[in-house]
Amino acid sequence: MPSNKPFTLATPMLMSEFFEIPLYQRALLATLIIGFVNGYTSAFVLLHRSPLKLTALSHSLLPGVAIAAWIFTLGVFSAFFGAVIAAVAIGVLTVLLSRVTKISDDTVLAVLYTGAFAVGIMVLQKLGSNQDLENWLLGNILGLSDIDLWMSFGVGIIAVTMLSLFRRAVVINLFDPEVAASLGIRTRLLDYASFAILILVLVTTLQAVGCILAIGMIVTPAAIVRSFVSTPETLFPLSGLVGAGGSALGLILSIQFGQPAGASIAATLAGLFILSVIIRVSLPGNRA
Amino acid sequence: MSHEHHQLDLTGVGYSYGVKEALSEVEFSAHCGQRLALLGPNGAGKSTLIRLLAGLLKQQSGVINWRENPIAKARREIAYLPQVDQHQRHFPIRVRDVIAMGRFPHLGHLKRFGKIDRDKTEDAIATMNLGDIANRQIDQLSGGQQQRTYIARALAQEAHVLLLDEPFNGLDIESRCHLSDSLVDLSKSGHLIIASHHQLESVTEIFTHALVLDRKQVAFGPAAEVMVSDAVKQTLHSCHPHAHERVL
Repeated sequence: MPSNKPFTLATPMLMSEFFEIPLYQRALLATLIIGFVNGYTSAFVLLHRSPLKLTALSHSLLPGVAIAAWIFTLGVFSAFFGAVIAAVAIGVLTVLLSRVTKISDDTVLAVLYTGAFAVGIMVLQKLGSNQDLENWLLGNILGLSDIDLWMSFGVGIIAVTMLSLFRRAVVINLFDPEVAASLGIRTRLLDYASFAILILVLVTTLQAVGCILAIGMIVTPAAIVRSFVSTPETLFPLSGLVGAGGSALGLILSIQFGQPAGASIAATLAGLFILSVIIRVSLPGNRA
Repeated sequence: MSHEHHQLDLTGVGYSYGVKEALSEVEFSAHCGQRLALLGPNGAGKSTLIRLLAGLLKQQSGVINWRENPIAKARREIAYLPQVDQHQRHFPIRVRDVIAMGRFPHLGHLKRFGKIDRDKTEDAIATMNLGDIANRQIDQLSGGQQQRTYIARALAQEAHVLLLDEPFNGLDIESRCHLSDSLVDLSKSGHLIIASHHQLESVTEIFTHALVLDRKQVAFGPAAEVMVSDAVKQTLHSCHPHAHERVL
């Protein structure tokens, strides 16, 4: 294991020092953007009840990225398109194989995503860089390039705008797809569009915190907020804010304690979730 | 609201799930102001017919017209009320917001939820006497209250036709009476009520008309006449839960 891991800091520092260093300013900006977008999207994931499918999806992206890096040189666009193709391929294969074998789609998905993930690891090993492998598995938020940052920003704008503009239909579809269809909502199109948004968000998150910890960012914020809200209209933006704030706190803590940023962000969000449950249970007359 | 001349016409309607024929040769007309019960054993095609009328399935043969036009053009005027508890559990949503969903066909994706939409929603809440519980979470409601919420959503939608899937299932006696009264009131105010129904003893009390299905149309007509026909008695005899095991 290399000692100069880019996502690990050896020495703690003061907050004032932290904000003066361009590298950390940039990492904080990236964290705030990715944290907000993931948090906002996490409201959809919570209402869709799909975190396990999302875990599969995030692992499925790895071979796409690896093979793209193998065939072309690894750049943000090749990584992105490789990830999208892998996710779609795994999704389509899951549906097909599940139909043919009559085995539940959850089981087929579990088989395929672990297989795909394993292929991804082997391809990355073959490329000869443990560091690359580690970055894709655990992320490297301090090492994001300008283009990575712009990509995150662009994807964030698209995801948040789409989920806001079409929230009325999205919410009805999540609540009861049959009622949604009877009201004239094109539910299948909405499902595909939502799937595309999830992939986009996951790919940009992948570069920041890796494909394993990305799940924490795209699931946890809404779980933190859920106990305190009664409507989807509040769930979406509050989850975004908690995602941004919680992730930024995780980044700062990682720098303070010399820990990997991605792991610190995921752990901080999980800690905030536990805290939210304790607060919720402690509130008088408000037991979960 | 009175639109008794608004008519639903089905001609030779059929539907199959793969090679399994679920429904064929369905042919009847019904108009606003009527309450039509869909009767038949499990697997007779009641739910399939409701889903065809709700636009969730497309008929493979025949024609379904509403006001002399294909029903697909009239989604806004047709409301589908699913069985209670069909929706996703623990969904963070208030009764008022569920009722406001009925405004979607009028608003589409991008129009703002304006005063007229608020007024229609509040009118529906008042009509169904849901004012006290309008801010409660939908999961906190009883089955009867959920049914009233769904009816209120259909009213907010300004639907002419209400399609109810087994609306009396799982309700206590008091809620059944309230629902029955509501359906009578709705038809008197000009709505066409179509509901799948299992409780044969209450058909003539609640409904004006009955359509008996057994994968095809067995009988259609005024409820009092249909329920005494020998062919119908024979078909519906198998409705007894232990007498018929077919499930659609």
